[in-house]
Amino acid sequence: MNMLEIKNLHATVNNHEILKGVDLVVNAGEVHSIMGPNGSGKSTLAQVLARRETYEVTEGQVLLNGKDLLAMKPEEAACEGLFMAFQYPVEIPGISNAYFLRAALNAIRKYRGEEELDAMDFLPLLKEKMRLLEMDERFLNRPVNEGFSGGEKKRNEIVQMAVLEPKMAILDETDSGLDIDALKIVAKGVSAMRSPERAILLVTHYQRVLDYIVPDYVHVLVDGRIVKSGGPELALELEEKGYGWAEPATAQAR
Amino acid sequence: MGIATTERLRTYLDAFSEFNARSEREPDWLRSLRERGFVRFSETGFPTTKDEDWRFTNVNAIAQTQFELARGACDGVSSATLQPFSIPGAGCQLVFVNGRFAPELSDLGSLPRGVQVGSLAQAIAENSPVLEKHLGRYVNLERDAFCALNTAFIEDGAYVYLPRRTIVEAPICLLFISIPGDGPQMTHPRNLMVVEDETEASVVEDYVSLGSGVFFSNVVTELVAGENAVVSHHMIEREDRQAFNVSTLRTQQARSANVSSHSVLLGGGLVRNNVHPVLAGEGGECLINGLFIGAATQHMDNYMLVEHASPHCSSRQYYNGILDDHSHGVFHGRIIVHKDAQKTDAKQTNRNLLLSDDAQIDTKPQLEIYADDVKCTHGATIGQVEENALFYLRSRGIDEVFARRLLLLAFASECLDRMKCRQVRDYLENVVQTGLPAASPSEAKAARAGKVERRWEEVG
Repeated sequence: MNMLEIKNLHATVNNHEILKGVDLVVNAGEVHSIMGPNGSGKSTLAQVLARRETYEVTEGQVLLNGKDLLAMKPEEAACEGLFMAFQYPVEIPGISNAYFLRAALNAIRKYRGEEELDAMDFLPLLKEKMRLLEMDERFLNRPVNEGFSGGEKKRNEIVQMAVLEPKMAILDETDSGLDIDALKIVAKGVSAMRSPERAILLVTHYQRVLDYIVPDYVHVLVDGRIVKSGGPELALELEEKGYGWAEPATAQAR
Repeated sequence: MGIATTERLRTYLDAFSEFNARSEREPDWLRSLRERGFVRFSETGFPTTKDEDWRFTNVNAIAQTQFELARGACDGVSSATLQPFSIPGAGCQLVFVNGRFAPELSDLGSLPRGVQVGSLAQAIAENSPVLEKHLGRYVNLERDAFCALNTAFIEDGAYVYLPRRTIVEAPICLLFISIPGDGPQMTHPRNLMVVEDETEASVVEDYVSLGSGVFFSNVVTELVAGENAVVSHHMIEREDRQAFNVSTLRTQQARSANVSSHSVLLGGGLVRNNVHPVLAGEGGECLINGLFIGAATQHMDNYMLVEHASPHCSSRQYYNGILDDHSHGVFHGRIIVHKDAQKTDAKQTNRNLLLSDDAQIDTKPQLEIYADDVKCTHGATIGQVEENALFYLRSRGIDEVFARRLLLLAFASECLDRMKCRQVRDYLENVVQTGLPAASPSEAKAARAGKVERRWEEVG
């Protein structure tokens, strides 16, 4: 079943075209990785899918589970099962991690017509997910991401994903800036989320993370287009030969 | 202009003569204090925006209204009416109706031996020596016309006295109710709080309205803290939008006294909140913490004057403002470090969120430093609700209205979290939640932006 279907997606920011016709299909149960050099449009793609208004979609179509994603507000997309782990998670002083996540989970449950969880039911769930990501319980009552180290912020993103249980998870460079220990913890958390009902899109700059989360498909994004697709071996080839090796394909496509 | 001004002041002269006629039995010292107040007020009249301390606040609307002294009638006010205004866990609640103590509505609770909490009128009738020693000794009649006017009409208000080494754990709550009448009315509540050495207490002054109408509350509170005393003072303004509220909290701190002033301004049409601590003894600490939330055409002016008069004192000022619609906020943070106040450590932070294009904030630090070994810092920010934070919350499924509300609440909580008195903080959390502007999405806001009411600046 198609979880995400992107057809000829064009997007601009400040009238500058960044995505120049992206096509991609991700099925439930699959893990796809999108790799690409700086400025290729990886993060733009992730943000457009999460419905950030800064980006204007000028052409194309995106279906999430068969529904028109581009007509959705960010909160609607989330309620429909989309989740994006931020490349740079935002600090929100004054709102505790636990309060924030319960509000988010309840918003989604309410949308689906499910009963909301009170603090008593929610806390054990959150604590369990935090243990999985090896996060200390003191983070429960700390303001969202405030004063967290880079690694703690990224782990906190995966905790959120584990609690919200999205159908379509997009991880925007969640591996960037992590030391090897933190990377292993994050990878373990993501791998635990693999399931036949869920699709995962790993946006990354580096091949390293793919040693721990082995994708089903790898795509190379260069200059706003997917120029090469293949199996996990493509990542290794890229690692060896560099993005320059993939680029001539762009020239041919023109 | 001269003639019109004289005519306007005549109202006050009439009121003053009438007032004197019924205050025949007051002690001589009080009579002469009140007369000094009236003379000073008559000399200066109300301030104008040419006065540096009033640059951002035009009080013409007050000056041009003919107010009558409000009567203290409490017909129709019952304990049930006041239920929403009672703070759970309070040690006692004194109720003042139009500036006068209403014993039948008050609950004096049980207080430690020697502690006096009651009406100033009663303390005046008893001619308590504490009163003569402290009342009117701290406010500066020369530089503040509103304080002079209040002093001229000293009659009633709260009187709080804690003898040495007493601790009052539950907050002492003072509820001031304005009941507007047919014409514009005024009250001049006067509060005196004297807490001797090594005492601890929390006090709440809460200003509310029953009904709607033009009303002017002109409040002065003198708080005298002895050595090592620890006091939290809370001022809540949530009167009707037609109300004028000018208040002055003047605190005098002895050696190592620790006083915090917390202000939460939600109501009133034109509000001026003066907080003026003097750190008169070594090692004193003061915290000046405030939150103001304005909507419609509300005008909220916070004038802070922190005087460091002794060495090794520290002061912290934190004010957060949230302004919506056409509201106008002012933060004036003045710090004076006197010549001998070496090792002063003073800090001031004012943060503001503007929720509409028409909301306005004027923020002004003013540091006057006459000592050479001091640390003084100040900072102010003005911004909108952070779009990144908003997107982050929405991307997790939280809708835009709720997400905005959460962010405003978080911003307001910075202030509430600094309150040590749990009962007051918990109560105010609820009050602030209901007082937050309806965090409407941007489109809805644009739709109702067309509706403009009059602004205070345009009056007169």
